[in-house]
Amino acid sequence: MFRAPSRPNGGGNGPVVLFDHVQLAFDENVVLKDVSFTLEKGRTKIILGASGSGKSTILKIITGLLRCDGGAVVVNGGRVDQLSERELMAVRGDLGMIFQEGALFDSLTVRENVGYKLYEETKLPLAQVDRRVEEVLGFMGLSEHIDKMPSDLSGGQRRRVAIARAMAFKPSILLYDEATTGLDPITATTVDDEIIKLRDIEGVSSIVVTHQLRDAFYVATNMAVRGRNGSVEIVGATPEKADETEFIMLKDGLILFEGNAEELRQSNDPYLKLFLS
Amino acid sequence: MQRGSDSWLKVAAFETQEYVRLIGAAFRALITPPIYRHDIVEQLDEIGWGSLTVVVLTGLFTGAALASQSGLTLDQFGARPVVGRLVSASMVKELGPVLTALMLTGRIGSGIAAELGSMVVTDQINALRALGTDPVRKLVLPRILAGVLMAPVLTIIADFVGIFGGWIVARFQLQVGTGLYWSSITEALYYADIYQGLAKPFVLGFMIVTIACYVGLRTKGGTQGVGHATTIAVVAGSVAVIAADFFVTQLMVFLFY
Repeated sequence: MFRAPSRPNGGGNGPVVLFDHVQLAFDENVVLKDVSFTLEKGRTKIILGASGSGKSTILKIITGLLRCDGGAVVVNGGRVDQLSERELMAVRGDLGMIFQEGALFDSLTVRENVGYKLYEETKLPLAQVDRRVEEVLGFMGLSEHIDKMPSDLSGGQRRRVAIARAMAFKPSILLYDEATTGLDPITATTVDDEIIKLRDIEGVSSIVVTHQLRDAFYVATNMAVRGRNGSVEIVGATPEKADETEFIMLKDGLILFEGNAEELRQSNDPYLKLFLS
Repeated sequence: MQRGSDSWLKVAAFETQEYVRLIGAAFRALITPPIYRHDIVEQLDEIGWGSLTVVVLTGLFTGAALASQSGLTLDQFGARPVVGRLVSASMVKELGPVLTALMLTGRIGSGIAAELGSMVVTDQINALRALGTDPVRKLVLPRILAGVLMAPVLTIIADFVGIFGGWIVARFQLQVGTGLYWSSITEALYYADIYQGLAKPFVLGFMIVTIACYVGLRTKGGTQGVGHATTIAVVAGSVAVIAADFFVTQLMVFLFY
């Protein structure tokens, strides 16, 4: 494996996600042979790899939707790979996941989807939940769609509603599973902007799984800042900010590369070159 | 050949184990919080009120056809006036519970399997879990409770409507007096018959819904898988209804007759 030199943790408070020699196989099909990485607080990992390389599997292991065969998985300082489904519910309170295609509940409105966890799994007053849902949808620029059904939304809007649903309960870690796959470049950029805003404005730690290189580099090389009038703008990332986003390339169940955007571009590994070409 | 039967047995044992585990999880969900009350009410409405029309029509025409057919047979013995006895005994003990259950299998079993199957293949079940909701509590338990509670209610309605359908034929086709028809019904029905007719739908409703939930939650393979799951839910549910009816009948005969 080519591993770029590790950098000091700039202002982080230790890893919020730790994968330690994680292995997983489905019968004869070995998906993850030996995968280790850490995600520091407030930072972003972008996981790249071909279809079937185990990218989405990593996210499902972190949320406990899948159980690994070996190794250890730590989230917010506690091991999650040996917890029961009931114990995992507490861990998931600080994890938001955006699924491929959004996975919105098609019998619920946008409001009910976004506020689902708050309406169903907390005892917050309804008025307070409504306010939070409206706030989140406003942040995502989706206020006018609040009473629509998911089937009435475009693909990009559905993904953004999925992000809104994942962030509504203010988790400190967001996991994006192919959030821009199948979207046109302009719509994909709006989704990328939301990922950047959540990272830089809300301070959310994130893992972005994708095979869309354009989106991966966009997220890594841009940053969100507040303008003078309070509006959020997306600008080119400073070198320090760009360093806070790391790439992981998966191949054959192993990590082939780990490093920042510049190191990925300059890599001489033939597989990486082929992937980036 | 040996390997094939071994493999089939393993699959059957595994499926049975998973089915029992689902029922166990649903039972645990019943006795521990949280309970999603509004989902239970929603399912009571969907399964109970939503199935009323089909159950009423089935009961009405079954009772009418039964009276018409048995009238012909009873005529051979000069026993046409006791047609009410035959209709009521058949409806209450056997046809009411079984036909209602079969109608529920077609309407509710297929619907549950298709709905849960679609949620599985579109990752909505995983999304529920990721949002901290146990799908068994949220989706399975409300459906089981609604199935177990509404199947007996619908069966009672089907029984009454069937007997009423029998009366229409008895009165206007067989020319049996109304008083004679209804008195023969009350004379022929014993408490054991009613216990039998009421015990069956609890069991059948439970089986229909648990099979449909199990099949739906184990859906694989996209929209084709959803279609496959729906078919299995209806076929397995129907066979289970007929088989369970036999075993409950045997038990009831042993206990009450």
